Amino acid sequence: MEWTDEGIILGVRRHGESSAIVELLTRSHGRHLGLVRGGAGSKMRPLLQPGNSVQAIWRARLDEQLGYYLMEGTLMRAATLLGSSHAVYGITHLASLARLLPERDPHEDIYETLERILDDFDDVGEAALHVIRFELAMLTELGFGLDLENCAATGVTSDLIYVSPKSGNAVSRTAGEPYRDRLMRLPSFLRESEDGQNSISDRDLQDGFDLTGRFLLRNVLEPRGQGHSDAREGFINAVTRHLARISSS
Amino acid sequence: MASTAGPEIERLIQLLARLPGLGPRSARRAALHLIKKREALMTPLAGALQVAIDRIQVCKVCSNIDTQNPCTICTDPRRDPSTIVVVADVADLWALERAHATTGKYHVLGATLSPLDGVGPQDLTIDALVSRAHDSEVSEIILALNATVDGQTTAHYITDLLQEANVKVTRLAHGVPVGGELDYLDEGTLSAAMRQRTLF
Repeated sequence: MEWTDEGIILGVRRHGESSAIVELLTRSHGRHLGLVRGGAGSKMRPLLQPGNSVQAIWRARLDEQLGYYLMEGTLMRAATLLGSSHAVYGITHLASLARLLPERDPHEDIYETLERILDDFDDVGEAALHVIRFELAMLTELGFGLDLENCAATGVTSDLIYVSPKSGNAVSRTAGEPYRDRLMRLPSFLRESEDGQNSISDRDLQDGFDLTGRFLLRNVLEPRGQGHSDAREGFINAVTRHLARISSS
Repeated sequence: MASTAGPEIERLIQLLARLPGLGPRSARRAALHLIKKREALMTPLAGALQVAIDRIQVCKVCSNIDTQNPCTICTDPRRDPSTIVVVADVADLWALERAHATTGKYHVLGATLSPLDGVGPQDLTIDALVSRAHDSEVSEIILALNATVDGQTTAHYITDLLQEANVKVTRLAHGVPVGGELDYLDEGTLSAAMRQRTLF
C-alpha cells in the first residue's frame, strides 16, 4: 500500500529512541498516523511540529497497519508562531479538536479550514474568528451542526440574534424576546447577512466561544469523558488580553 | 529460541536492554562484559546502584535530583537567588550546567504540557514555581524550555500564571546555532531568527 498526500501535523509522539509516531490531518486520507524513522532526531524535529504542512508518502504492507511516513516540509509555520501565546495555544487547541475526528476518514473541508486558519494566525482577531468557525465546522462534521440560518420558531431568516441552548437553532429577535434570559446570543459575525464585517467586539467573541463551547462540551466532549482543553482557555485569554491592549492604546 | 544462559543472566540482559541506547544485542554484550569484569566493574556498579537507590532524592525546592535535599544547587551560597531558570527535565539542567550558562538557581518542571501524551498542568511542578516566584528575593524567571509547540505552550502558560508575581519573565532566544550554516537550516528556524534579529 502506498499513497502520497498533503497534510498538517497535529501531534508527534516519540517512539523508541530515534523514531516518532506522527499524526497528520491529510487532505484525502483524513486523520492518519504513521511512523517516521529518525523522527526523534535533530534533523526531523523542526519539521515535526504541530501546525507545519508537509507532503507525505505513506507506505505499509497492509492497509490496516500503522505504516511508515516519508515527509518533506512544505510550509514551516510552527517556528514563526512560537513567540505568540495565542498561536501556540491555538495550534494546540485546534490539534485537540481535529483529534476528535475518526481516523482515516477523509474530511477535506476540515482540512482546508484548518489550513486557512493556520495561514491567518498572525492576526489575533482573525485567528479568534477562525477558531470559532472551526469549532462550528467540527460540530457539523461530527453530526451536531447548529442551524444558524433559520429561526427555529418562525422559520424567518433575518434578524436572528439568539440561539436555543437546547436545539442549537437560531431564534429571531421577535420570537426570542420572551425567552431572552434563557437563550444564548448569536454573535453578529456568525450571522449570514453580516459575514465579512471588519470590527468584532469582545462581547461578540465571548458569545461565539460560549456558543461553540457549550455544544462541543455537551454533544462531543462530555460523552467521551473529556472537557475543554486548557489550550482553549489559554487561547481565549490570550485573545482577550490582546484585544484589551489594543483598545487601551 | 532456546536460552543459552541461566535465568539470572537472562534477567540481567532483559533489564539492561531496557536502558536507553541498548537493544537486546548490545545488552547481551554489556552483560557479558560485566560478567567478565565481575570484580573490577560489576561489583562497584552494583554498589553504586544500591547507593543511588538509597540516597537519591528529589529536591523539595526545585525538583532536581541529588543525594541531598535541598539539592547542591539550591544550597550553594554562590548561586544567584534572584534568578530562577525553568527547565523541563533534569537532563536540561545538566546541559545548562555543562555549558556554565547561568549562575542562577533552577526549577525542574518534570515535563512539558502535552495533550497528546495526557500531560496537564497538574502533572508539572508549576504551583511550586509560582510560589517561588512570589519570593521577594526573586527578580527574574528564565524559561529555558524546548523550542517546540509543547515547550512554548508551557512557557506561555507559565508566563500567564506569573503575571501577578513581581518578576521579569524571559525566555531563551530562538535562531541560528553556533556553527550553523544558513543554507542547511530549516526554513522555520531561519524565519524565527530573522524575526528576532537584534541590533549589531
